[in-house]
Amino acid sequence: MFLRQVWTIMAKDLHSELRTKEAWNASIAFSVVILLLFSWAFDPSSDQVREFSGGLLWMTYTFAAALVLNRSFAREVQNDCLDALIASPVSSSALFVGKALANFALLLAVEIFSLPFFVLFYNVPWTADRCLPMLLVMALGTWALTVIGTLFSALTVNLKLRELMVPMLVYPMMIPALIAAITVTTNLLAGNPLGLGVRLLVAFDIIFTSLAVVFVDTVLVG
Amino acid sequence: MREKIIIGLAVFAGALLAWNMNTIFNGLPDELNQGAIYRIIYFHVPANILGMTGFGLGMILSIGYLVTKDLRYDALAASVTEVSLVFASIGLATGSIWARIIWGVWWAWDVRLTSWLVCWLIFGGYLMLRRAVDEPNQRARFAAVVSILGSVNAYISYKSIEWWNTQHPQPVLSIRNGGGMAAGMEAPIWWNLLALACFSTILVMVRMRQESVAREIDTLRRMAHAQ
Repeated sequence: MFLRQVWTIMAKDLHSELRTKEAWNASIAFSVVILLLFSWAFDPSSDQVREFSGGLLWMTYTFAAALVLNRSFAREVQNDCLDALIASPVSSSALFVGKALANFALLLAVEIFSLPFFVLFYNVPWTADRCLPMLLVMALGTWALTVIGTLFSALTVNLKLRELMVPMLVYPMMIPALIAAITVTTNLLAGNPLGLGVRLLVAFDIIFTSLAVVFVDTVLVG
Repeated sequence: MREKIIIGLAVFAGALLAWNMNTIFNGLPDELNQGAIYRIIYFHVPANILGMTGFGLGMILSIGYLVTKDLRYDALAASVTEVSLVFASIGLATGSIWARIIWGVWWAWDVRLTSWLVCWLIFGGYLMLRRAVDEPNQRARFAAVVSILGSVNAYISYKSIEWWNTQHPQPVLSIRNGGGMAAGMEAPIWWNLLALACFSTILVMVRMRQESVAREIDTLRRMAHAQ
């Protein structure tokens, strides 16, 4: 029953996104432009870039994620859709997990789409055996961003200072996961062993997913 | 009664702090490697202990609010978190001064420093969030969730000097298996902790009074609007 509700919410969100493509277009354009702008901030072909390439990539992903995640609950405010969703027999946790999965799928698609641009623009040496570990890191890191982002999207949906809350709360909450994702990605691109970061990412995902599922009802309903 | 407790605590904390300052600056010798600057530890460590335990206490009080829905828990959680943020700021500032002398830089991006700064930002965000929500019950609910999520980071920061090989010194206090200080040098840390804990209790009590007055004013305003 729970899974069916989750599926319904996720399908609904993905459907409406596929029809308008608003978040998709915005975040794709944003991530490509950011990658372009970074290339003026420093010399993209130097060897030094390889040392912080993981950071560049995840900065881009985080900013693009904020665009997608912020809208997650905000777009339900129009026509009182959010009230209808809360009043429906779907539990808050199913609503949250469904929305988080839809955001996760969307973000991962944006990331996979913009990854070749990154490899191309920054002259990153890429081999086929890096695809699978990279996908794993992207999935773990993106889930961490998604859980925090979706929960805070629900929390800030009706606030007057919504824009202020993103840098003050959402980014700091994401930082531990981001640091782990960045170090793992940099290690991966440099051909080094992945290190502790993967374990940290898994732990972060488990802890914050459980907390978010437990507290989303408090946030939405009270 | 509240005023008497506050005055009593202030007199006790002030006397203890004065006596302690005398021990720290006149009684104790300079440290062998660091010289005089090591004395900053007598403020750095107690301030950070108060900051960290305060964030933890704020989390427990927030859970208390979510379970009972009693707004007094929320007011206390907000007061404790606000005072803890002040002590966390003192901890960050004193640490930075010490780092300038010993490491040669004001700041280093190691796990301890970064995670503690992240905590500081999150609980700063907690206070901002409280200002952004007008309805008291909604404010209490949201703040409680942020406090609980933020405490996970506070715990990571607490454990970071054991989990990672940080530039920040490893545990030196005897209760954390450090035992890196002579007994005579460690004792003033605990006395200072007691004195600062008394001060923080005073601040929390004053802050609580403000919260209850603010709630009273809010209720009166609502009543006036309703008529």
